[in-house]
Amino acid sequence: MKYFAGNYDVAVIGAGHAGIEAALASARLGCKTAIFTINMDAVGNCPCNPSIGGTAKGHLVREIDALGGEMGKTADECFLQSRMLNRGKGPAVHSLRAQIDRRKYSDTMKHKLELQPNLELRQAEIVDIEKSDGGYLLTTKMLAVYECKTVIIATGTYLGGKIFVGEISYESGPDGIFPATELGKSLKKLGLPLRRFKTGTPARVLKSSIDFSDLEVQHGDEPPQPFSYETENLGENKVDCHISWTNDATKQVILENIHRSPLYAGKIEGVGPRYCPSFEDKIMRFKDKPRHQLFIEPCGLNTEEMYLQGMSSSLPEEVQLKFYHTIKGLEHCVIMRPAYAIEYDCVDPLEMNATLEFKSFPGLYGAGQFNGSSGYEEAAAQGLVAGINAALSVLGREQVVFTRDKSYIGTLIDDLVTKGANEPYRMMTSRSEYRLVLRQDNADERLTPLGHEIGLISDERYEKFLKKQEQKKEEIKRLKSTVISPCDAVNNILVSRETSEITTGVRLIDLLKRPQLDYEALKDVDTDRPCLDPNIFEQVEIEIKYEGYIQKQLKQVEQMRKLEEKLLPKSFDYREIKGLRLEAQEKLNKIKPLNIGQASRISGVSPADISVLLIWLAQNK
Amino acid sequence: MSEKTVAAISTAQGEGGIGVIRISGDDALEIADRIFKNVNGRKITEMKGYTAAFGKICNNGEEIDEAVALVFRAPNSYTGEDVVELSCHGGVFITKQVLRAVLSAGAVPAQAGEFTKRAFLNGKIDLTEAEAVIDIISAKSTSAARAALFAKEGVLRKKINSVKDDLLSLAAHLSAWADYPEEDIAEVTDDMIFDTCNKAITALEKLLSNYDSGQAVKQGIDTVIAGKPNVGKSTLMNLLSGCERSIVTDIPGTTRDIVEDTVVVGDVILRLSDTAGLRETDDTVEKIGVDRARKRLEECGLLLAVFDNSRELDSEDIELLKSAKNVPAVAIINKTDLKQKLDINYISNIISNIVYIAAKSGEGHEELVKAVEKIAGTENLNPSEGILSNERQRLAVSNALSSIKEARDALSLGMTFDAVTVSLEDAISQLLELTGEKASDEIIDRVFHNFCVGK
Repeated sequence: MKYFAGNYDVAVIGAGHAGIEAALASARLGCKTAIFTINMDAVGNCPCNPSIGGTAKGHLVREIDALGGEMGKTADECFLQSRMLNRGKGPAVHSLRAQIDRRKYSDTMKHKLELQPNLELRQAEIVDIEKSDGGYLLTTKMLAVYECKTVIIATGTYLGGKIFVGEISYESGPDGIFPATELGKSLKKLGLPLRRFKTGTPARVLKSSIDFSDLEVQHGDEPPQPFSYETENLGENKVDCHISWTNDATKQVILENIHRSPLYAGKIEGVGPRYCPSFEDKIMRFKDKPRHQLFIEPCGLNTEEMYLQGMSSSLPEEVQLKFYHTIKGLEHCVIMRPAYAIEYDCVDPLEMNATLEFKSFPGLYGAGQFNGSSGYEEAAAQGLVAGINAALSVLGREQVVFTRDKSYIGTLIDDLVTKGANEPYRMMTSRSEYRLVLRQDNADERLTPLGHEIGLISDERYEKFLKKQEQKKEEIKRLKSTVISPCDAVNNILVSRETSEITTGVRLIDLLKRPQLDYEALKDVDTDRPCLDPNIFEQVEIEIKYEGYIQKQLKQVEQMRKLEEKLLPKSFDYREIKGLRLEAQEKLNKIKPLNIGQASRISGVSPADISVLLIWLAQNK
Repeated sequence: MSEKTVAAISTAQGEGGIGVIRISGDDALEIADRIFKNVNGRKITEMKGYTAAFGKICNNGEEIDEAVALVFRAPNSYTGEDVVELSCHGGVFITKQVLRAVLSAGAVPAQAGEFTKRAFLNGKIDLTEAEAVIDIISAKSTSAARAALFAKEGVLRKKINSVKDDLLSLAAHLSAWADYPEEDIAEVTDDMIFDTCNKAITALEKLLSNYDSGQAVKQGIDTVIAGKPNVGKSTLMNLLSGCERSIVTDIPGTTRDIVEDTVVVGDVILRLSDTAGLRETDDTVEKIGVDRARKRLEECGLLLAVFDNSRELDSEDIELLKSAKNVPAVAIINKTDLKQKLDINYISNIISNIVYIAAKSGEGHEELVKAVEKIAGTENLNPSEGILSNERQRLAVSNALSSIKEARDALSLGMTFDAVTVSLEDAISQLLELTGEKASDEIIDRVFHNFCVGK
């Protein structure tokens, strides 16, 4: 018998990376919140790589932190090794990545949920969702019924999850946890069109079965950098990673057994990501490539499980063993958990607004893999946004739209709800047209004021942020007014850095503009340098060095903003504009873009269509 | 957008073999039915697209002509609207009669370029193509028409695309390399960037240097014919305008002193003005004329300074030579059939381009054409290489060029690749705007400017 079990302002289905951020944000904004997980031991699970961050993903984590989210802090608390990727390639593409202790991460997140006021964590499978007068009714497998003003679906790979390992397939969530089998039917009944995506993960192998002696070691950065602007003492790197390479024998094993891959045998209907392909995919698509790199990463301090990054597969377990054994260092490796592919239900994100609320279902939100993305960080970013907006709508406040010119979070969401996702969407720096503005070092400058306005950044943290901004301004002023006179001490430095000597007094700021010089190089001649947060020096140096390029990009931002300011009607039948091509009419009617800028990013809407829209707007002013 | 159905004679007016009246718009088929009597009785509104019918054109029951009606249904027509093309017997009188019938049946007259405007607004052609059509319509010389035609066929676009593709693949490589630091993607080297940038710079600089010659081809050069009285200016003018009288247009509104005429010399359009002489005078009226002539001379794009071979240099000739120092000039030595008294060395010290003619007999005409083409920079101009045909295109290319140079300079300075990428992407976006693959406010401004689309 169903029983009424309570009501909530915001209910979150799923306690993965998206659900956690959603629930914490909503509870912190003062909404009575519930978060449902199918298994209490799977909260904040990392069923794939034991790491947080990476190219562009590191940006997302910094942004989440700048807005008052939790992922960065927890990653710092559980970090094992940290590296800033792309150091030589410029500040726009610097991305932080940390190996983390996955069990500790999961436990830490679970504990934070438990301790959070206004938040209730429940182990329950939601089997039914239906509309009610005040929002939605959620029914659990145990027949508890909750009435919720708003609901956030963050079901990850659990919704209709099905695992494939060679010829074997069975219904399952990741890591042997039950899938959510009934909710999908209920969502379809409600009117949400679902589709199948797939993803996969490599095997975990036993550390003692790996021969590390000939493998290249990958150390962390010294000193390691934290994700969170609030982490003061990160501590030391605790582990090393190792690098190995596949070879011709590996390739042979794959080629001989490719027919046993469920993907190639046509058993998987779900669409997988191009950007994070299984190893057999890499072999089949890049046949000429003689070898592929792989990273051997520890899963934690209290486990001997090692993750083989780059070796995701859905081939049978025996084939996996065979090809792993061809790889240097893994000749005798023992598989503890086999690699697998997992197929799951997700929604077409074109059904959503940029607030992540469904257009046709007010009060219903989606986040994470359910929205067609892939990756922990992408999920957390959307969870945060969905949580914020669900809470704001309950509180009767205006919801927030994150824009492309201010964040990767905005870029991610705009891409999803404007272009849709034909495969699991992964964040990349190249997805942003404003990379030099959206750097990982200045996430606080871009977003912390907004976080404070929303209510997730405390007054105390905000004051600290303002003080930092003040110090930064002062420092730039100091660089402009400090003149370095020519002397041996300076010129020796300049010569050693292969840049020209000075013969007259030069302002410090002009020296820092030289690509060959940095704060570190000038420390001995810059005697009056104040003691500041290293992040301030980093931001100041980048802004000085890249000033012209940043200005150029800001100009591009401004151009796009002009198009974004040209608002399109919310309810309008685009078939009435005859000049639009049929495909454009259909796409515009489906997506109902907020403005010309968004319309111009819709695939199937050509520049000619945009011209027609612009003219139509001008004529109908 | 105008909902009215428009019609116009869409063949050149004259005694051609066939005249075509084009009707375009929602009511095109109905309007055609009102005046076209199909021999087999079938109505045009019942016909499919891409079909033809033979019949008679009638106005108020009176038969005007026999005609073939071609039916195009939206969106499969030039304008993207319903279109009927009536091919009737040529000739000004008949085609005008037919057009009058069409207009009285409910169509309104199409403005110049209106079919193209509609094609653009209906997404049938992009802006560069539309611009090209406008250029063809207003082309004054064969070379201009040829250049416009090439633009329409996308030679310019191909040229731009090849530059753009190179930049795009470099940018893509840079992105992949940054986004996948752990995949062993081939490193982007400084040399790769320098090579791509240099190649693009060369191509775009070529396009830009062709632009001025392109303008000479398309817009014409302000040309002044000067020389003392009786030196043969008028004969020269007749010589120049002789061959292509048919496309010479008279430009009204000139003073009694400056006679204007547009002529085609080789591939170049010259907007000629004959000026009063530069002699010193006390006559007030004449003085105004002289001043005006001198000003005109200082501002012109080409000076054709005419000298009389049979007379010695006088003060007026020398005055003219002084003015010639600051403008592109050709010295034309006329009356070479008479005995030489002129100090040609003196002239050649000031004007290096010297052409000898006997204007009366037409001798030296070819040399003159060559000299003019040389100065206009069109002697080696090959429209099939793509010509930037307007200021918008020139600006886009010039912006793209400076961005690519910036990218190259950033790299030489030792800046990181992300700074290089910012400049590269800026260049790409400029080129995308040029080819109409990216919409922007500026393009739309241009549309409003060119097509008089009512606000």
